[in-house]
Amino acid sequence: MRQTSRFKTLGLSTLVAGMLGASAFAGPALAADAEGYPDHNVQYIIPFGPGGESDISARLQQQYFQELTGQQLIIQYMAGGGGAVGWSQLNEMASDGYTIMGTNLPHIILKPMGKDPGFTTEELKNFHYFHYSPDALIVTNDSPYKTLDDLIAAAKKAPGSVTVSGSGTQSANDIANQRFESLADVKTTYIPFKGTGAAVTALLGDQVKAEWGYTTTAANHSDKVRMLAVASEERHPLFPDVPTFKELGYDMTGGAYRGIAVPQGTSEEITKKLSDIFSQINQNPEFRQKMEDLGFVLIDVPYEEMDAFMAKRSKEYEQVAREMGIIE
Amino acid sequence: METLSFMAAALSPLNLLLAVIGVAAGIVIGALPGLSATMAVAVLVPVTFGMPPEAALIMLGAIYTGAIYGGSYAAILVNTPGTPSAIATTFDGYPMAQRGDGDLAVTLSTLSSVIGGLVGALALLTLAPLLAQIALRFGPVEYFWLAIFGLTLISALSEGSTLKGFIGAGVGLLLSTVGVSVIGGDIRYSFGSQFLLGGIETISALIGLYCIPVLIDLVATPSAHLQPPEKGRGIRLGEGLALIWRGKLNAARSAVIGTLVAILPGAGGSIASLVSYSEARRTSKRSERFGHGEPDGVIATETANNATVGGGFIPTFVLGIPGTPPDAVILGALLVQGFRTGPEMFTTNASVTYTFIGGLVIATLLMLPMGLLIGRYAFKSIVSIPKALLVPSIAFMTVIGTYAIRNNPFDVVVMVALGVIGWVLARYGIKPSPIVLGLILGPIAEQGFVQGYLIGNASGSVFGAFFGRPLSLAIIAMVLLSVLYPVWRTYRARRLPKESEEARP
Repeated sequence: MRQTSRFKTLGLSTLVAGMLGASAFAGPALAADAEGYPDHNVQYIIPFGPGGESDISARLQQQYFQELTGQQLIIQYMAGGGGAVGWSQLNEMASDGYTIMGTNLPHIILKPMGKDPGFTTEELKNFHYFHYSPDALIVTNDSPYKTLDDLIAAAKKAPGSVTVSGSGTQSANDIANQRFESLADVKTTYIPFKGTGAAVTALLGDQVKAEWGYTTTAANHSDKVRMLAVASEERHPLFPDVPTFKELGYDMTGGAYRGIAVPQGTSEEITKKLSDIFSQINQNPEFRQKMEDLGFVLIDVPYEEMDAFMAKRSKEYEQVAREMGIIE
Repeated sequence: METLSFMAAALSPLNLLLAVIGVAAGIVIGALPGLSATMAVAVLVPVTFGMPPEAALIMLGAIYTGAIYGGSYAAILVNTPGTPSAIATTFDGYPMAQRGDGDLAVTLSTLSSVIGGLVGALALLTLAPLLAQIALRFGPVEYFWLAIFGLTLISALSEGSTLKGFIGAGVGLLLSTVGVSVIGGDIRYSFGSQFLLGGIETISALIGLYCIPVLIDLVATPSAHLQPPEKGRGIRLGEGLALIWRGKLNAARSAVIGTLVAILPGAGGSIASLVSYSEARRTSKRSERFGHGEPDGVIATETANNATVGGGFIPTFVLGIPGTPPDAVILGALLVQGFRTGPEMFTTNASVTYTFIGGLVIATLLMLPMGLLIGRYAFKSIVSIPKALLVPSIAFMTVIGTYAIRNNPFDVVVMVALGVIGWVLARYGIKPSPIVLGLILGPIAEQGFVQGYLIGNASGSVFGAFFGRPLSLAIIAMVLLSVLYPVWRTYRARRLPKESEEARP
């Protein structure tokens, strides 16, 4: 009984915290010193809706954050505009280190290239990038395409006849498809859906012939789908039989990267401390196991290496964006 | 037998307690406009991390089912759907409350929600793998036709002028295009504002369009908000049961519609309750009384929306594809707990799954006593609170609720603006329901159309894609029926005025 009552009070406090999240944004910046940081709960804003991969990753970090710091990570959602609604407001939030926000690649690089989404890539003060879900070309178990070559042959035979679903336009999936088309010199029909869930539903229902998803999608639906190739450097431990694009001769690595940013005014000390905390979470063997079981590939880009990491990615995406006609 | 013993595990003291807490919390959250079932579930997910998986699921399921039911309170008592699923409950629930039958409406809503919830849970228990296959047969084209079908229901639903109903739907469709489009990524009607990039949030629009006009009217008229009930009537359970018995066919049909619609990812409780409402009205002998406080209207919508709870878990568990937004959150919680959805849910993890279904049944049954009790006080207090207190409290809730949806202050501005526009439009006979329907169905129709067109193009026949699939044709037939039926009815009424008068009891 004692245990349940704890659940109850905890539930109430999170509820109140969730409802009155306003106070944390609007309240005056508390005297922040890195020494005792964090001495109260930290708001972790996900600029997407609940239930997606960004949410699930944050949920997994939540538990270990509390183990490490004794403070809770309170997850909030600020969905809209494919993340733009959240990112455009981040720098106006309290910069005391108690508000952090998830950021995603390629989103934060691609969005500002097109029309003005209310933020620029440089304005976002990313402090840690922790993992990515490698792009993967997925088909159903009973698909006639046994290998990537089968699909390429079919696409060459009748250009545009191979339909491929994915999440959104000018998204990680759309880009993966564009890169694949130019590397393999084929033409497919890319069909954007609202979110990975809808894209995989279209595949499972035989509405499309293949899907651009991630290793995580394949892990979630492992009983019904298989991957033709994965866009990671090495084969994924969960799928030792699935070749990488590189092995097959297509120089393609990438996917959806996830990290966290603070409002620009956050002090260097606290930013570093946050970077350390999340690096430490990333080193936890139990956490690593859970992440890998879900299909993620862990990376570790701390605050010090962020600029170099972002510069490298920006260059990659710029090239693709040019091919896609997002920028001239 | 094994299944039964797993289900019985839901009766452990901890699980029972969690179900009670979950249902109570859910009812309260659902009853407050703006605090939706999705939010309630999302906020409580971290609390469940420390629990055994089946206990966590039971608590989340109980909150979810309680919230969907709780949404009817606000719909009945203040004409504002507490959740989008309760939109259609306002049609007859509020007129009932206005004439002093609010207690009866709440009792009916409770009984119907329990029936719907049980049917949904039963479908989840027995037919899950089969029904999940139906969900997969629905491609973009079918979603497009389904959305068109939903839009045609406006002609059946709009009180008074059908033309004004379609004008309202047009306004809703226009509103739905605001923001970054899913397909193409174009930015539409944002007028350079970053806030509008995210589009118009359905729930904030819902709160604005329904709640603000009610508040304005409350302030503008001197009369009491609701007719106070006669004294000493209790909860009118006997009367409610008699009405349910009379409407048993209606309840059964609505529960089946609710379950089936919920299986389709992306459709959800609002569409389920609207479809069953219009079906109830179409087949009823008292169809002219719908919209003026007909108990069958409340029975239809409340059975259907609670059936979506169990129904929505079917694709979530079998396919790993969430049927409704709260399911998406629960699916996330499952993955964090280390569960895989799919056939495993009914084999290796059968103990968890069946215990959860047992818990869902218990939570549904718990709604009966708890709902009747809470509902009775909700009705009494709403009736007895003076307007000077009621109006500011509701106004406060609308602002907080709208803000809380995605922590965006601009949503509050949109909510108030739409509320004022909605009030003006309502004075000219354009009601909020068609507008909200347009807003909800617009994106489904748009995405379905473009995806269907692209797929059709790739396969060489756009016409074949839209008109060559049996399921599409079935939905098209329903569209035609829905459009032509009112025309035929008017025609028949004109041709045979005497006969139709005699036919009416």
